[in-house]
Amino acid sequence: MGRRLHNKRLMLGNEAIARGLMENGCAVATSYPGTPASEILAALFGFQDETPVLRHIQWAVNEKVAFEIAYTGSMTGLRSAVSMKQVGLNVASDPLMSAAYLGTEGGFIVVSADDPGPHSSQTEQDSRLMAMMAKIPVLDPKSPEQARQMVKTAFELSEQFKIPVMLRPTTRVCHARQDIEIGPVEKPVIKAEFKRNPARWAATPKFRFQLHLELEEKLKQLSVYPGTYPVLLNPGVDTRRAIVVSGVAAAHAEEILKDLNLFQTFSLFQVLQPYPLHAEFIDMLINGYDEILVIEETAAVIEMQLADRHRVKGRLTGAVPKAGELLPETVQDVIGEFAGVPKEPVERPVVAGRRPTLCAGCPHRASFFAIKRAAPKGIYTSDIGCYTLGLNLGAVDTVLCMGAAISQAAGFYHAYKGEINPPDIIATIGDSTFFHAGTAALIDAVAQRVRFVLVILDNQTTAMTGNQPTPAIMRRIDGEQCVDVELEALVKGCGVGFCRVGDPYRLDEFVGLIKAAIRYSRMQGPAVVIARHPCLIDKSLGKAVQPGTVRVEVSENCDGCGYCIRHFECPALVMNPDETVAVDSLLCSGCGVCLSVCPKKSIVELK
Amino acid sequence: MAKDQSFKQQIIISGVGGQGVLFITGLLSQAAIDKGLAVFTSETHGMAQRGGSVVSHLKVGGFPSPLIRPGRADGLLALKTENIDQYRMYLKPGAWIVGNGTEETRPAGGLSVFKVDADLIARNIRSPKSTNLILLGFALACMPLLAAEQNKMFCTYEEIQAVLAQTESIGTARRENSLKALEAGFSHETA
Repeated sequence: MGRRLHNKRLMLGNEAIARGLMENGCAVATSYPGTPASEILAALFGFQDETPVLRHIQWAVNEKVAFEIAYTGSMTGLRSAVSMKQVGLNVASDPLMSAAYLGTEGGFIVVSADDPGPHSSQTEQDSRLMAMMAKIPVLDPKSPEQARQMVKTAFELSEQFKIPVMLRPTTRVCHARQDIEIGPVEKPVIKAEFKRNPARWAATPKFRFQLHLELEEKLKQLSVYPGTYPVLLNPGVDTRRAIVVSGVAAAHAEEILKDLNLFQTFSLFQVLQPYPLHAEFIDMLINGYDEILVIEETAAVIEMQLADRHRVKGRLTGAVPKAGELLPETVQDVIGEFAGVPKEPVERPVVAGRRPTLCAGCPHRASFFAIKRAAPKGIYTSDIGCYTLGLNLGAVDTVLCMGAAISQAAGFYHAYKGEINPPDIIATIGDSTFFHAGTAALIDAVAQRVRFVLVILDNQTTAMTGNQPTPAIMRRIDGEQCVDVELEALVKGCGVGFCRVGDPYRLDEFVGLIKAAIRYSRMQGPAVVIARHPCLIDKSLGKAVQPGTVRVEVSENCDGCGYCIRHFECPALVMNPDETVAVDSLLCSGCGVCLSVCPKKSIVELK
Repeated sequence: MAKDQSFKQQIIISGVGGQGVLFITGLLSQAAIDKGLAVFTSETHGMAQRGGSVVSHLKVGGFPSPLIRPGRADGLLALKTENIDQYRMYLKPGAWIVGNGTEETRPAGGLSVFKVDADLIARNIRSPKSTNLILLGFALACMPLLAAEQNKMFCTYEEIQAVLAQTESIGTARRENSLKALEAGFSHETA
């Protein structure tokens, strides 16, 4: 729905960020998908017809690689950006810390999208703390439109101070949609030019100390930079009490203060650059106000920098909850408490939300069912992706972070070593996650002869985040041909002696394959089974994905035992009020896997 | 429907992942832009889209925040009956609910409730994935039944039709089906 009318376009926050990158001549853009950052890269490519400036755009194998490619673009003088979710920045933290010292040439933006809540993440971590640790400036937008504008500021800061700049949107900015006024775009001339300087680009520890001193000087100047000074949202209020806000909390606070008729009661400051916080602003705040309330997500980054805190209320004092998203109703309670206004009673939902589940016909469901059948008493380590939902099926015991399924399997093996009946250990990992962070752990497991089975759930896409390509089926974002990296060859290259491919839709055969892998692993070490079946919702595969054609029904023999519902949990199998199971023909994909699931053979093929 | 500068409306749109909550949120947002109204939405992306509860907050008129606070929404579109209990707390007294389902939902707190079996209509018109548009069409048909003081949906059936007809992101066949589904919902008995 990108039609233009009134020069206004409806844009998702992530599209607005992409628009900002395009409007400001970003020439190199990389990313690894992750909610809530996934849409930035594709949106940027969507603006390609308006931006011949874009020299390279790609999905990288992981965030570290993405960071290093984009950063090197900046080293040649090109404006560059890398985008990722907050936990992705953990993976990219190694180059981040070092790049802060070496600095930039072309403007370089690290977009790290946080997920307070969390809605779709392992943690609620605050990327602004990572910026603080790396000693780089961070900008904190309150809306899609402000995020777009901040891209310009970020490039300017990065080029003026030769420093990477972080843009930190949160879920409520990334996944808000707003009408945004767009204008014509200038097309700058770009030219890559790497100025050789090993003392800087390959600095030894001795020079790193010098670079650290330079970095501190940059931060000092950034803390007096006028372009990012906090904004007073309600000038002219005569008060000794201030509310300091940043990010989407600024938007909530503005709306709430207006609704409560308190907009002329407190000075309301929006911090645009939470780190480094402007020195003059800190002095003005401490000297000019008796009481200061700080509302920010998700850590106390601004609050911590207010050195004299005896007048400050915020997360550190308990005035703002220490965990969880700052929903507007929460912000209202916090402001109400500060203002001495009685709380509004808030009705809570009477029913809980519905938990997500694997799609009807998802090949992962069949894989999990087979794993449980082959190793009913096993320990199941798993990983990050759609298949984390194997939790619902009782086939996922652990999820730590990207790639940990393999190293945790090793950890369990080593912990149980020497016991009389050690459990079978079955790890599951998606194809994209395996490429992202699995190979190093697998090499280690081979070297240590870890006796476990790794099932690579190869649906030939990065499904959870919107079906981005993987290195095995690398469609370049711009449609150009890439080289496909073969998963089997990679596994064998890691030194694995047992590597077989199976289709989980052929359930009985697949159970046999996993059993064979278990037997091998008990004696020899790592065994790998590649469960290969394409994701049903991957539109990019087009006609390659044939929908199933098996029509199933539940026979009169169904006694309503509920086994299929509990252990297979297909959305197309529903329990009727009369306690028999029925097939929802609207949802059924025709995969036919459930024919092998019912222990009483009451699910039958409809001829 | 006076659309002066002070016009404001907040609507909750809910369902489960895969039902097309985002799609109808997009249609309504575009309709607002086409009328020259500011629009701000907050959407559910990520894991919940795999069959979990999803909700859009749609705010028409100038709002700084993308989220609706409890007790302030003018209306609720519920693609599953369960969403009514789940999100009713967002509604203000006198708000409207348009829900998909067959069970009777008793209005409480001065709420106007309209129900339609959108799944059944979807089956009947052989367009199983268009529950969302059927419900939206039905909601637009219900608006004239509201009392004068209730905040009726900011746009009309014809305006949504126009947005849909110009939506380029979907193919011709799907667009035709969508228009048909919207019409089926709109022409369904509202009493």
